[in-house]
Amino acid sequence: MLSQLRPALVSMGLFTALLGLAYPLAVTGVAQAAFPAQANGSLIRDAGGRIIGSALIGQAFAKPEYFHGRPSAAGNGYDAAASSGSNMGPLNDKLIDREKTDAAALRAENPGVVIPADAVTTSASGLDPDISPANARFQAPRVAKARGAPAAEVEALIEAQVQQPLLGFIGQPRINVLALNRALDARFPIIPVRKAASAG
Amino acid sequence: MTWQGWAEIALTLSLAVAIGWPLGVFLSRVWNGEKTFLAPVMRPVETLFYKACGVDPTKSQSWHAYAVALLAFNLVGFVLVYAVLRLQGVLPLNPQGFSGLSGHLAFNTAFSFVTNTNWQSYAGEATMSTLSQMLVLTVQNFVSAATGATVAAALARAFVANRGEGVGNFWADLIRTTLYLLLPLAFVVAVVLVALGLPQTLAAGVTAHTLEGAEQKISLYAVASQEAIKMLGINGGGIFNANSAHPFENPTPLTNLITAVSINTLGWAAFFAFGRMVLAKKDVRALIIAAFVLLFAGAAGVYATETQAPPAQVAAKVDTSVNMEGKEVRFGAPATAAWVAMTTGASNGSVNGMHSSLMPLGGGIAMFLMQLGEILPGGIGSGVAIMVVMALLSVFVAGLMVGRTPEYLGKKVEAREIQFSILAVVIIPLSMLGFSGIAAVLPEALKGLMHSGPHGLSEILYAYVSGTANNGSAFAGLTANAPWWNVTLGIAMALGRFLPIVAVLAIAGSLVAKPKLAPTAGTLPTDGGLFIGLLIGVILILGGLQFFPAMALGPIVEHFQALGAVAALR
Repeated sequence: MLSQLRPALVSMGLFTALLGLAYPLAVTGVAQAAFPAQANGSLIRDAGGRIIGSALIGQAFAKPEYFHGRPSAAGNGYDAAASSGSNMGPLNDKLIDREKTDAAALRAENPGVVIPADAVTTSASGLDPDISPANARFQAPRVAKARGAPAAEVEALIEAQVQQPLLGFIGQPRINVLALNRALDARFPIIPVRKAASAG
Repeated sequence: MTWQGWAEIALTLSLAVAIGWPLGVFLSRVWNGEKTFLAPVMRPVETLFYKACGVDPTKSQSWHAYAVALLAFNLVGFVLVYAVLRLQGVLPLNPQGFSGLSGHLAFNTAFSFVTNTNWQSYAGEATMSTLSQMLVLTVQNFVSAATGATVAAALARAFVANRGEGVGNFWADLIRTTLYLLLPLAFVVAVVLVALGLPQTLAAGVTAHTLEGAEQKISLYAVASQEAIKMLGINGGGIFNANSAHPFENPTPLTNLITAVSINTLGWAAFFAFGRMVLAKKDVRALIIAAFVLLFAGAAGVYATETQAPPAQVAAKVDTSVNMEGKEVRFGAPATAAWVAMTTGASNGSVNGMHSSLMPLGGGIAMFLMQLGEILPGGIGSGVAIMVVMALLSVFVAGLMVGRTPEYLGKKVEAREIQFSILAVVIIPLSMLGFSGIAAVLPEALKGLMHSGPHGLSEILYAYVSGTANNGSAFAGLTANAPWWNVTLGIAMALGRFLPIVAVLAIAGSLVAKPKLAPTAGTLPTDGGLFIGLLIGVILILGGLQFFPAMALGPIVEHFQALGAVAALR
């Protein structure tokens, strides 16, 4: 054992330098030089340069004039420093109660239409940026009404945002909620109710 | 279920085999010490390693010396990981300002990463500094994978030798596998993943001001560099708590395809490499077919369960075509089902959907695939090694039936090989069921459960199955960051890793000294359909039967409860 201790110690030291420092730093260097947008989190900024969010990370929407993402189990909802699923088993009472409550609210909003499953279930990450196209269409009447916008135009916005599966079968059709809501804001601006200007 | 779904599953699973073939050819050259196209870059680094370590890479070691070297290297790795994690708070590159880990958590995490398990009792973005992620966890992602690979290389040499002595040089196998295969491949995949959206930064994160005017803190890491080796090395420990479901680890269907294929491709490559070294391509093809059949059946089973009506969605009267709890919209049922099978069939343990929220039999299949011993295709090398053990047991069973001394790949299989084979496979149920049995009656352990009843038992069983099998995925309702869970799971991971490795090396040591026999008319052919059937039977009996009572009380009874609940609601 002792004769093997030197190679064990030395090789671990060399591996640490090579794989623990040189490798991630080299990848970081290449990434920052070649793909800075992705490497820094695919951040989206407003006209003033302030970070609105990440194109890849879902954020919480609760107002009627926005499309809502899925229920989230990350922290208090869409906490991008605490990703998590609910981890509830299929027969968990809390899960059943939660889905029933959420579904009842949605049914009141748009009666007679089948509620898409992703509208009442939490995602695996709690940060799912997407909803199904069916979920967006389900919410379209509410959003159109809240914005005073023609329903047909809101639906056209939805269809323009649908991302289809790769080659028709890899992945699922989906809509990025933040992108859809930004398109909505651009097309049908709401007069923002600003807090004191000094808030920033 | 749709044809698109089946096509996605079939493509993902078979692409891993297809890419594994050329990589396996390359890997056999690496293990044989041949010159590769990477020599101009890597040869000087390799030489530096040998010189600094004071080892002669051409000196073949006895199985005993090989095992001692392997254990010494892993012991040093364990101590280093433990020390860095404990001292994290005072070490540099800690922009998150995290403090050191508790003793039991550092113990668990150190064994977890050294054993290629990557069980995580912690949430990455709330625990680990950038330095810890890079300096110890990324390093172990490489070298624990290479450690597993050395075992297959040694076993292959034992089958090749004719009255030989040594099984190869551990240091050469470890260093060459890392430098020529893992590091270059990980670098390429990491850069591709960044291009497709994975972050790679030393910053700790940013604060966004959302459209609705709230603040959202977004954690960032050097994600891509660890993600690449996390998948290729069949490790599975994510940067983030949500693992490969997190959009920063796996943002699109394309990254999902690339990373899912990465889970299995080097496991298959080790099968191909083993076959080339032993000059037994047809026999190894039989092993691959047996493994692939079981793996595909697992993926198909999960796809079927996840498109059953989930009780909660029936109760809420919403669409019931897919169980969407714990799944991401961009992946849906098929991509999640393929991943569940691939991550549990290999000893990966990453997840792109939450296993605890799978339908009862979906979670049961995940457990079952791990109980088979991580051979579908398992870790790099460790998978094919245990698969060969299964083949030894299969020819032994066949030999008993006809009363002949069994042979495999030109070597007589006798008492010593069978004793060590049994040792390699018996420790797995012993640890899985033994620890689960104790935990199921221990108040200290039960405190960590999220569920009671069958799903609670599944949380316990899943944890020890995953730990012992060196998988690392979880029914994550379990709060495992407590002394009982951290310590016992740490022990389970070490038992499940090092006892089978030593047993396989002992088999190699015994086989290497034997003469290489030419097949005779009495030799059982081990490359045909009959043998594949026999092998699948042995794998299912060893894996399935002994766990059946425990599984009956967990996922199976929960399945019938779910059926009953759905029937009552409708």
